[in-house]
Amino acid sequence: MSASLLEVSDLTVDFGAVPAVRGVDLAVRRGETLGIVGESGSGKSVTALAVLGLLPRAAAVGGSVRLDGRELVGLPDKELARIRGSRIAMVFQDPLSAFTPVYRIGDQIVEALRIHRPQGRAAARRRAAELLDLVGIPAPERALDSFPHEFSGGMRQRAMIAMAIANDPDILLADEPTTALDVTIQAQVLDVLRTAQRETGAALVLVSHDLGVIAGMADRVAVMYAGRVVETAPVDELFARPRHPYTLGLIGAVPRLDGRGGPLVPIPGTPPAPGTVTGCPFAARCPLVEDRCRTAEPALTGDDGHLAACVRAGELAARAPRPEEVYPVPPVPPAGRPGEEILRVTGLVKTFPVLKGTVFKRRVGTVHAVDGVDLAIRRGETLGLVGESGSGKSTTLYELLALTRPEAGRIDLLGRDTAGLDRAGTRELRRAVQIVFQDPMASLDPRMPVGDIIAEPLRAQAAPRAQIDRRIPQLLRQVGLEPAHASRYPHQFSGGQRQRISIARALAVEPELLVLDEPVSALDVSIQAGVLNLLQRLKAELGLAYLFVSHDLSVIRHLADRVSVMYLGHTVEAGTVESVFESPRHPYTRALLSAVPLPDPVAERARTRILLAGDPPSPRERPSGCPFRARCQVHALLDDARRARCEQEVPLPQAAAPGVDHLAACHYPDA
Amino acid sequence: MTAVLDTAPAEPKSPAAPGRGRLVLTRLLAARGATAGAVIVLLLFLLAFAGPYLTPWDYATPNYTAIRQPPSAEHWFGTNGIGQDVFAQTVRGLQKSLVIGLLVALLSTLLAGLVGACAGYFGGWADRALMFLVDLLLIFPSFLIIAIVSPKLKGAGWLAFVLLLALFNWMITARVVRSMTLSLREREFVRAARYMGVAPFRIILRHILPNVSSFLIIDATVTVGGAVMSETALSYFGFGVRPPDVSLGTLLAAGTDQAPVFPWLFYFAAGLLVLFVLAINLIGDGLRDALDPTSDRSTP
Repeated sequence: MSASLLEVSDLTVDFGAVPAVRGVDLAVRRGETLGIVGESGSGKSVTALAVLGLLPRAAAVGGSVRLDGRELVGLPDKELARIRGSRIAMVFQDPLSAFTPVYRIGDQIVEALRIHRPQGRAAARRRAAELLDLVGIPAPERALDSFPHEFSGGMRQRAMIAMAIANDPDILLADEPTTALDVTIQAQVLDVLRTAQRETGAALVLVSHDLGVIAGMADRVAVMYAGRVVETAPVDELFARPRHPYTLGLIGAVPRLDGRGGPLVPIPGTPPAPGTVTGCPFAARCPLVEDRCRTAEPALTGDDGHLAACVRAGELAARAPRPEEVYPVPPVPPAGRPGEEILRVTGLVKTFPVLKGTVFKRRVGTVHAVDGVDLAIRRGETLGLVGESGSGKSTTLYELLALTRPEAGRIDLLGRDTAGLDRAGTRELRRAVQIVFQDPMASLDPRMPVGDIIAEPLRAQAAPRAQIDRRIPQLLRQVGLEPAHASRYPHQFSGGQRQRISIARALAVEPELLVLDEPVSALDVSIQAGVLNLLQRLKAELGLAYLFVSHDLSVIRHLADRVSVMYLGHTVEAGTVESVFESPRHPYTRALLSAVPLPDPVAERARTRILLAGDPPSPRERPSGCPFRARCQVHALLDDARRARCEQEVPLPQAAAPGVDHLAACHYPDA
Repeated sequence: MTAVLDTAPAEPKSPAAPGRGRLVLTRLLAARGATAGAVIVLLLFLLAFAGPYLTPWDYATPNYTAIRQPPSAEHWFGTNGIGQDVFAQTVRGLQKSLVIGLLVALLSTLLAGLVGACAGYFGGWADRALMFLVDLLLIFPSFLIIAIVSPKLKGAGWLAFVLLLALFNWMITARVVRSMTLSLREREFVRAARYMGVAPFRIILRHILPNVSSFLIIDATVTVGGAVMSETALSYFGFGVRPPDVSLGTLLAAGTDQAPVFPWLFYFAAGLLVLFVLAINLIGDGLRDALDPTSDRSTP
């Protein structure tokens, strides 16, 4: 074992009486990538900030952090400031708040350069342009004079990385660097991080909740739970033979893009509140729990670099079980065959005017949020609607739910055209279509007890009181909560439970179509698995149809029967999940699929990745011809004659073969 | 969480879960401050309406043989410059002020909540029209209008006076409620209710108003004291409550300059007013905590 560059031993962080980090040991060697993975509240970000001494004064930091043998904990701020940025640099999650909005990007990078190495302004500026070029920002000279808000999220994160590597640091700390980004942009930024690491030879500490990102980037992984490292191992070893039941559950809880891995494994319960547990903090959720787990917290032990904090680690190492062999997996009854069509959307269009002026508003442009969307859902079927931010997924949903005449196109719900609905028709459709929102905290009235929240759609439908009283306990039980929970308020529940309440509310009036707007993206993976399993069970039991909107392709793959891919307000590809995921026809779909990281380091390394160039264009511009052509990897390789067609003609959705349920809107699919 | 899976329950008849109204009431009753406040207000009402029967003296009849007497067994709160019994006057004034304070606060807060929430929720023309009305009333010199109108209302009595006071007291609150509603309207739970087909006015009543209730309650408790005092100002100029009738406000106005020498003319009325406002504040705090589920750690 070579000497460590950064050595963290027995690091503790307490906020008042609440311990956030409880004795973390980490070692980072020169040039390697250490992934720290954990769910929210596990202490991974606090650990990263503690290394840099960036925690607020209220935090009491104990233990030791050594950089090349030099102790950093307790160092005065002035000394630390010399190390920050020059030897250890940080890439934050939200690059918009990490840049000062009123200074130009160039000035901020120049400042970072000149603070640590006094040099002329012109020289620093030249170096800054080089750095921007290195991280793949086009026209770096011009970009230097841009303000942070003029950059897109991906560009800002690149600039952030450029600033971090400005002084050739020994260690790059990246705290959830891609969490706020779309998958194709995430792939670009991860690629830039790899480049940056290669150019500077720095060690990379990558903090993430995403097992896929970790699997693709890290050499070694530390899994954190409740403020401690519970397992650490080389990446292949960790994913192939996890020794801690938590790691095992986490791996089983992630839906996989390649469709392997069987049913999702929900880890029951939620992480304990900090400072409340004696013994192993995972004991309450662990399927392998024994009496001795509850008395003493196991130490992090093991051999050949694979350490785990579990008394039964040896057993798990020897047996190497699959997650579903250890965790109880609720049986998901097989879904029935899809029935008749209940929703058909054709050529839906929605535009928003761009207005300027305060007193006299004049229209200066148009946002084509939805620009020709086709959807169809049959009873008992799940349609996944996939797209990156700005692709018009949410606008499509809200147009559906508005139950009015669309700007253009046609929406047929349960055989009724929404353009000509009377009062009774609207009322009936308001019952038949229910929605579950992304953020379960925002979508439940904080001042209403859960019973009233669930009763709301019933009251809106003027259901008799006796029926409402009968239905509430039934619904709560159906989503895995207790009838006694009806008199509690939303803030007394965890995120996963709140989403279950949301689902119960939507189910109250026995809808036929459930619209799910990113229902699990605000949840941690272990909780997400439970909610996804619940959705699958409900669908099978109640014969519901789902319109499932998500940016997470793995979730769609796991749950949906059919999938529809959106780009810039257009439906670019649609078909059954198997056909779209196994043999994508549209270049965008192919790029999207290749950008999704797999939680499997071996498979992840074997993949070839299609990196898309640039960002999606602004929906205010409406490119002629194919909306995707500016970023298209196929278009770039075509000869001029064939390119002209992409530039002039809008591609229409065409089936792969007559009668096959697999459409793609591309002139040269399968090319 | 996944253990309970049976969906066809042969469940025992479980009692229906208490709704929001019941929960808030239980929480309100459990709050000691609110109960104390309510008891004080009740006692004040009792004093105000039973008080006149306890004393042989009339609030209006002067008694020139007993001028500016300090409190004694005969005149409990003493007498004033023309020998009227201060206790009789105070309880008579308390009757007026209790009713005026409570009604004005209730009416103006209700009006402010409704107008503000409607303007914010509906937006567009409704918003513009309502806000025009608010601005119009704000720039009207309310004092002048009340002064002009109140002689005409002489026959209508104090209820008309209450209406007038309430009418000129709600505008700023309504503006605040409107801006709070504008942000609430975009919250997902409101949107969810809309997509469920809940009628707009029901959304305002069930979602918007409870979520601005903390502000409204604080505002209402402040208004109670304010209404009593503004009634004073009007009475001082001869509008509103006219002599020989009295209110706490007129008593205070009359007693202020004599307070150092003849404290009983001022401090009894002032003490009762302070007690009243304090009690209202206690009730308001209790109500606010009862409506806000995050206000305490203990669950009901």
